[in-house]
Amino acid sequence: MIEVINVNKSFGENQVLKDVSSSFEKGKVNLIIGQSGQGKSVLAKCMVGLHEVDSGKILYDGRDFTQLDRYERSLIRQEIGMLFQGAALFDSMTVEGNVMFPLIMFTKMTKGEMQKRVDFCLERVNLSGRNKLFPSECSGGMQKRIGIARAISMNPQYLFCDEPNSGLDPQTSILIDGLIKDLTAEYQMTTVVITHDMNSVIEIGDNIIFIYKGQNWWQGNRETIITTDNPEIGNFVYASEFMKEIRMSMQEKRG
Amino acid sequence: MRKIGKYILMLKDVFTIPNKWKVFFERLIDELNGIGINSLPIVALMSSFIGGVIALQTASNMSSPLLPAYTVGYITQSSTILEFSPTIISLILAGKIGSNIASEIGTMRVTEQIDALEIMGVNSLNFLVLPKITAAVIFFPILVIFSMALSMLGGWISLVLSNLCTTEEYLLGLRAFFDPFHIKYALTKTVVFGFLIVSVSSFYGYYVKGGSLDVGRASTQAVVSSSVTILIANFLLTQMILL
Repeated sequence: MIEVINVNKSFGENQVLKDVSSSFEKGKVNLIIGQSGQGKSVLAKCMVGLHEVDSGKILYDGRDFTQLDRYERSLIRQEIGMLFQGAALFDSMTVEGNVMFPLIMFTKMTKGEMQKRVDFCLERVNLSGRNKLFPSECSGGMQKRIGIARAISMNPQYLFCDEPNSGLDPQTSILIDGLIKDLTAEYQMTTVVITHDMNSVIEIGDNIIFIYKGQNWWQGNRETIITTDNPEIGNFVYASEFMKEIRMSMQEKRG
Repeated sequence: MRKIGKYILMLKDVFTIPNKWKVFFERLIDELNGIGINSLPIVALMSSFIGGVIALQTASNMSSPLLPAYTVGYITQSSTILEFSPTIISLILAGKIGSNIASEIGTMRVTEQIDALEIMGVNSLNFLVLPKITAAVIFFPILVIFSMALSMLGGWISLVLSNLCTTEEYLLGLRAFFDPFHIKYALTKTVVFGFLIVSVSSFYGYYVKGGSLDVGRASTQAVVSSSVTILIANFLLTQMILL
C-alpha cells in the first residue's frame, strides 16, 4: 500500500500540488486521472522520487520515502517497477538486455536463471522469441509490453504506469490494460496508473483519484465515476458529445 | 557560479562505488572502444598533416645561415610535445567526443531512460559517466603519444619530400635538447583535459531539459565549454608545472 499524506510541491511561484492526500491499495489498479497540466504526472514523479516534495509524506507500506537517504531509497526502488509513457527502453540493448538489466544490476542470479526469468516475463507479455530485437525494431505496442516485462522482472511490489495507452490503437490499449489488470491481481502489486483514457478508467479503475487544480478533487471507483454529480468530473468524463449522449441514455434508463 | 556548484555536486555522485564491478568493467571496455579506439583515425590524420605543416612553416621561416639545419627538427619536436599533441588534439577531441557524449546522455534524458535507471535504483551518473571518465583518463595519454609520433613522422616526410632538410639533420633536431620532463608535462595535461572534456560534456547532456532541439543546443554548449575549460586549464597547468 502507498499512502500520500499532505503533499505539496511547487516549481518556483507555481504551486502544482496542494495538500494532496490519498491511499493506493494493494492488489488493485489505482488510477490517477485529470486534465493535462493539473499535476497528476508531478504527483506520480513525487511518489517515485523523481521530484522532491516540498512538504508531506509518501509511505510505502509504512516506510516514509521522503525521509530516506539515497541508498535506502534505492532499496525501495528495487521494489518498484515503472512503465514510462514512451517506454524508455535502453536503445543500445536488445529486448532481452532491457528485461535482464535490473536482474544483472540487483540480483545474484546465474546467467541461466536470468535467462529463464527473462523468457518468462516476455512470455507473460506475449513476446516470446523476440529476445534479440532492438527497441527500434519494435512497434509502439511491443515497446510498451517490453516496458511492462522489464517492470515486472524483479517481481515488484509497486507498479507505476505513466499513460500506458498513449499513442496506441484501441485494441492494443485494451491489451495493455488487460495485462496491467491481470499482473496486478497475479502478483498482488500496488499498481498506480496515470491516464487520460476513459476506456482504461472504465475497464481497470478499481480506485480512481481525480486531480484538479493540484488537489485530490474526487476519489471513487469505476462505478461511482459514472454516477457522480461532481461537475468537474462530469466535464472530464463526459467531455465529448458522444459521452454526453451515453450519460443521458443511462440517466433515462435509471428513470 | 551556480553551474559550477551543480557540476561539483554531479561529480560527487559520479565518483561513488559502482553497483556491480562486472557491469562497470564491461561498460569501460565499450567506452575505451568508443572514446579511444574510434578516435585513432582522426588523431592520425590531424597529427600527420599538422606535423608536416609545422615542419614546413619552420623551414620556410629559417632564412638566417647562422641557424643550424637541425633547428627545424628541434622546433617540430618541441611544438609537438609541448602544445600541439596535448592541447590541439584535445581541442579536436572535445569536438568529436564532447558532442557525442552530450547528445548520447541528453537523448537518454529526454527519452526518460535516465529516469528509468533512477527508478530501478541505479545511480545513473555513476553508471553512465564514470566509465566514460575512466576510459578518457586511460586512453587520452595513449592517443597523445600516438599523435606525437605521427606528427614528427609527418614533419620528417614533408621535409624530406620537399628537400628542405636531410633525415640525419631532422633526427638530430628531434633529439637535440630533448627533456623527458616535457613528456610528463604533456601527459599530465592530457589526463586533465580528458577528464574535463568528458565531465563537462556529461554535465550538459545530463541536465538537458526539453526535446531534440535542446539536446542539439546542449551538444554545442558542451563543445564550447569543454574547449574553454581546456584553454584555462592549459594556462594554469603551464604556470604550475613548467614555470
